[in-house]
Amino acid sequence: MQTASSPAPLLAARGLSVGLVNRHGAFLATKRVSLAVDRGQSLGLLGESGCGKSITLRALLGLVPHPGEIVGGSVTWKGRDWRSLSKSEIRRIRGKDIAMIFQDPASCLNPVFTIGDQVTETLRLKLSLKAKAARELARDLLDQVGIPAPEERLRLYPHQLSGGMRQRVMIAMAIATEPDLLLADEPTTALDVTIQDQILTLLAGLKERNRMAMILVSHDVGVVAQNCDLIAVMYAGHIVEWGPTYDVLRTPRHPYTRGLLAAIPRLEVSGGRRPLQTIAGAPPTPGELPEGCPFRLRCSSARAECATIPVTLDHKPPGHGSACPIVT
Amino acid sequence: MSLIAFAGRRLAQAIPVLLIITVAAFSVIHLVPGDPARVMLGSRATDEAVQVLREQLGLDKPLVTQYLDFLKAAMRLDFGDSLFQRTAIGPIVAARAVHSLALVAYAVLISLVIAVPLALLSAIRRNLLADHVVRALTTLAFCMPSFWTALLLVLLFSIRLKFFPTSGLGDSPLAYLASLTLPAVSIGLYLTPILLRSLRASLIQTLGAEFVEAARARGFGEARILFKHVLRNSLIAMLTILGINVGFLISGAVIVENVFSIPGLGSLMVAAIVQRDYPVIVALTLVFGVVVVAANFLVDLSYALLDPRIRQ
Repeated sequence: MQTASSPAPLLAARGLSVGLVNRHGAFLATKRVSLAVDRGQSLGLLGESGCGKSITLRALLGLVPHPGEIVGGSVTWKGRDWRSLSKSEIRRIRGKDIAMIFQDPASCLNPVFTIGDQVTETLRLKLSLKAKAARELARDLLDQVGIPAPEERLRLYPHQLSGGMRQRVMIAMAIATEPDLLLADEPTTALDVTIQDQILTLLAGLKERNRMAMILVSHDVGVVAQNCDLIAVMYAGHIVEWGPTYDVLRTPRHPYTRGLLAAIPRLEVSGGRRPLQTIAGAPPTPGELPEGCPFRLRCSSARAECATIPVTLDHKPPGHGSACPIVT
Repeated sequence: MSLIAFAGRRLAQAIPVLLIITVAAFSVIHLVPGDPARVMLGSRATDEAVQVLREQLGLDKPLVTQYLDFLKAAMRLDFGDSLFQRTAIGPIVAARAVHSLALVAYAVLISLVIAVPLALLSAIRRNLLADHVVRALTTLAFCMPSFWTALLLVLLFSIRLKFFPTSGLGDSPLAYLASLTLPAVSIGLYLTPILLRSLRASLIQTLGAEFVEAARARGFGEARILFKHVLRNSLIAMLTILGINVGFLISGAVIVENVFSIPGLGSLMVAAIVQRDYPVIVALTLVFGVVVVAANFLVDLSYALLDPRIRQ
């Protein structure tokens, strides 16, 4: 494991494999994923759609949708294995110690209850507050996350708020308990760019103030670069590169990461137009992963031995790992 | 928009529909080929008798006048006299409507009490044994013709066990309820699978919604999620089907009414058609139309109560 700090990190996954079921049958959505975050640290899970980053995030909270399940590896919270915890202990940790926000704030709030009902329900359950105290705290929280006229907003229904406001409500509920860890699944993807920036700034401020750790799932390199201390690059269910944000972005080691970074469009004042670089081919369909390195069919540096090598991160200082033994 | 404003608007929307229903009911008598009065009285009636009936029904006046007279009388629930029973139609229909409404309300209650818990069980245990058993049993209940179910119920509960009367209506409230129980169960068993299936389907859909996942991520218990968050979001499809069926059952429970000799609207309608008692048919057409409109209005109102987005 790559975190050099404490022996028992806040949250760690070791060799996590998650099995899912779709129309074609069962398949592995993630393969032997290992990661860890410490208090106050932020980790960005970067990857294309379908690479298994969102399902990894759910697995960390024990929320793999039925009939999928964790088929291998373990998740530990403050050194305790999820599997050793009772259902009620898990329910207590969820929403109190670990909070989660989602990609689409439009569908994460129950459409038939007011904002006030939903925020206070969470506060009453997770903080054992009485109705009146919950209402007051709800108003304060909405104020904290930058929602104007919170008293009136509490009386509205989700459909009466904008997307940005709804995401703020989700964040308000998530931070109400001052969680140690916030899991954020593409929290700004459904929002337009200016709102996206406001939400990310809000999250960064809250993280700073509460020494909250954060795992941010995104397909947007820029979002991860600005908000995360560490980056884990995922491809086809594997973490293929791991390291401090600065190192990974400045000296990417894995061919996939290099391709990904090269594919970012740049605004250039001089030098004329250059065609946008792309990675040839498409990611493999889940369930049809090739043997060996999952990226080898699209990789320009691929060799014959790539078909047999195991996908494991090497570890080079400063904690910068790549799953490619060919390109170094 | 407030609930009251929503209700007011829906009520206003119902008025043109109700007018069209009155036109349809009014035309019943004129859709008869030839002279309605003669058809009603049969070929052996004297010309004098036919003329008397024509005047009695107002058939000698212009059509528009006839319609307006009909409309005015209908507002006072005055539909003239039954040709067969020779008494005013209003009280006849009203007395029977009470029994029909009581029967259907009772049947709806029974089917809801069965369907909602079973649908919840089916949805959370979907594709597992409990779900298969529930679905197989309710499909079986649905496949049984109502009169057959009714007869089986009578055989077991009335004749063998003597729990309930075989037919007729009791006088005291309790006896009345007892005599409506088996008919209500017969109808309820037909209605249950329809409600159960639509509720099960929307429960499964709602269980996959992101707000359910978000509630789990906040550490909410499954019971709270199911009963508070999922159920309310899933009731609309079932209520739609319920509304359609209530309209249908008020007039369509005739077989069950006959098996149990309950003087309801369905048996009145069949008798009126057989006896060519046209004024009664006209009155019933209007009543059934109004019942369907009213049932749909109530369904609309319940949508708005359940889902604030519909009030917009």
